[in-house]
Amino acid sequence: MVDSLYVYGRFLTVSVRAQMQYRASFLMQLGGRLIVTAGEFAAILILFDRFGSLLEWNVYQVAFIYGIVNVSFAVADALTTGFDLFGDMVKTGDFDRLLLRPRSTALQLAGQELTLRRISRLTPGIVALVWASTGLDLHWTIPNAALLMASVIGGASLFASLIVFQATLAFWTTETLEMMNTVTYGGVETTQYPINIYRPWFRNFFTFGIPLATVSYFPALAIMGVPDPLGTPIWFQYVAPVIGVGVLVVSLQVWRIGVRHYLSTGS
Amino acid sequence: MALVSYWAVISARFRSLLQYRSAALAGLVTQIVWGIIRVMIFQAFYSSTTTEQPMSGREVETYIWLGQAFLAALPWNIDTDLRSLIRSGGIGYELVRPVDLHTYWMSRALAWRTAPMLMRSIPLLVFAFIVMGMAPPATVAAGAAFMISMCAAIVLSSAITTFLNVTMLWTITGDGITQLTFGLVLIFSGMLVPLPLFPDWSQPLINAMPFRGLVDTPYRLYLGHIPASELPQHLAHQLFWILAFVVAGRIALSRALRRVVVQGG
Repeated sequence: MVDSLYVYGRFLTVSVRAQMQYRASFLMQLGGRLIVTAGEFAAILILFDRFGSLLEWNVYQVAFIYGIVNVSFAVADALTTGFDLFGDMVKTGDFDRLLLRPRSTALQLAGQELTLRRISRLTPGIVALVWASTGLDLHWTIPNAALLMASVIGGASLFASLIVFQATLAFWTTETLEMMNTVTYGGVETTQYPINIYRPWFRNFFTFGIPLATVSYFPALAIMGVPDPLGTPIWFQYVAPVIGVGVLVVSLQVWRIGVRHYLSTGS
Repeated sequence: MALVSYWAVISARFRSLLQYRSAALAGLVTQIVWGIIRVMIFQAFYSSTTTEQPMSGREVETYIWLGQAFLAALPWNIDTDLRSLIRSGGIGYELVRPVDLHTYWMSRALAWRTAPMLMRSIPLLVFAFIVMGMAPPATVAAGAAFMISMCAAIVLSSAITTFLNVTMLWTITGDGITQLTFGLVLIFSGMLVPLPLFPDWSQPLINAMPFRGLVDTPYRLYLGHIPASELPQHLAHQLFWILAFVVAGRIALSRALRRVVVQGG
């Protein structure tokens, strides 16, 4: 385990160094990404400036949920770049090389590339979290801080498992399914706002179908001390993040089944 | 004579772009889902207030569907074929063609902005009209004004795209400036939040910028939110910025060609 982490760390260092070779382009990309992600946060501020409130929510509460979702997604996105490239690796046969090495394929893919610009999503997320928690006058007691950590870990696990699952499909289809992006990015877009504002069928899809709401919305309520308009009990809000980790474990198992069934394209 | 060759570039490129049908289908599904999410968010905001807003909730819904339908017309990426030409050194062939390079690249951009947009917009608009209750143009005049302004929006988008393509001659990847432009387009065109909903103090600034000509101007003409009689002044704004980007692109291109280094061999 410690050894795996060491190898993983080495992978990431190499990748970061490679990217810093094109510094100007890198900085502009970072700036651009920052504008795009900050734009979504700006949209929330603009809309609250116009409308005053969003049903029973105020701007700080929405910003807090936005922060949790974006930090989770940024972490997941940065750590799974290799899985995004996986479809091409299957097509070209490059994946065969990974199989020959004495490390797990999931570890090698996760360490394939740490795209620094993907981390830019962290910035607006963190800014939103800090701004919201001052605005809400949150008290960072140990249970609250632990729940925030758990929520981010659960969220990141769930987003990562979606990306791993999409890559796993490529074992059978040799194409990555673009449609899955709709679920992942649509999930980010949706869960940035409190889930109770949506129509029931849609809300249920992101609660029970793909449980993204369980790792952001519910724990956020518990931290903010707001009773759920949907009426979930407080104990559920505390254990909800575990679901995300559970789904990641399952998706890595499915990944293993995929690896066992892998037939090289031979090229 | 020259016009014929540019037309040939547009139509050849157009036909090759129409081949990517499965990508268009995936894009269509994504944009429908996106539209539904955004409509629900705005409906929730509108049901939270009783004060009069600069735009009605129903108008915003139609604005969102127009945005999803014509998303592919935005200048959100660079011509990847040109990028590989620049990287491989194939750009040398582009330079010896007996056509004006800027017009030639702009012709490519026009096709590149129009073909995917047409493939996606028609089925999406049909869906939005039938299933989502999107409103038709306010009046016949509004519909006509929208069509004219939308054409100008596509030309503006192509002029911006061509400008971005030219910058690749300096940076080779072009990713940085494209990301930067895309961010500005997203926020200040009205794609993210319809521009009339922005704070009142920011309106003069937003009006001066080129990006509203891509989204906000044609869509509000469609809604009758800008009366069709005001088309000339808004069209003039679009034309001014088209001209500005074309001139900037041409200057940048001629500078770049004076010191061009052909990569590889």
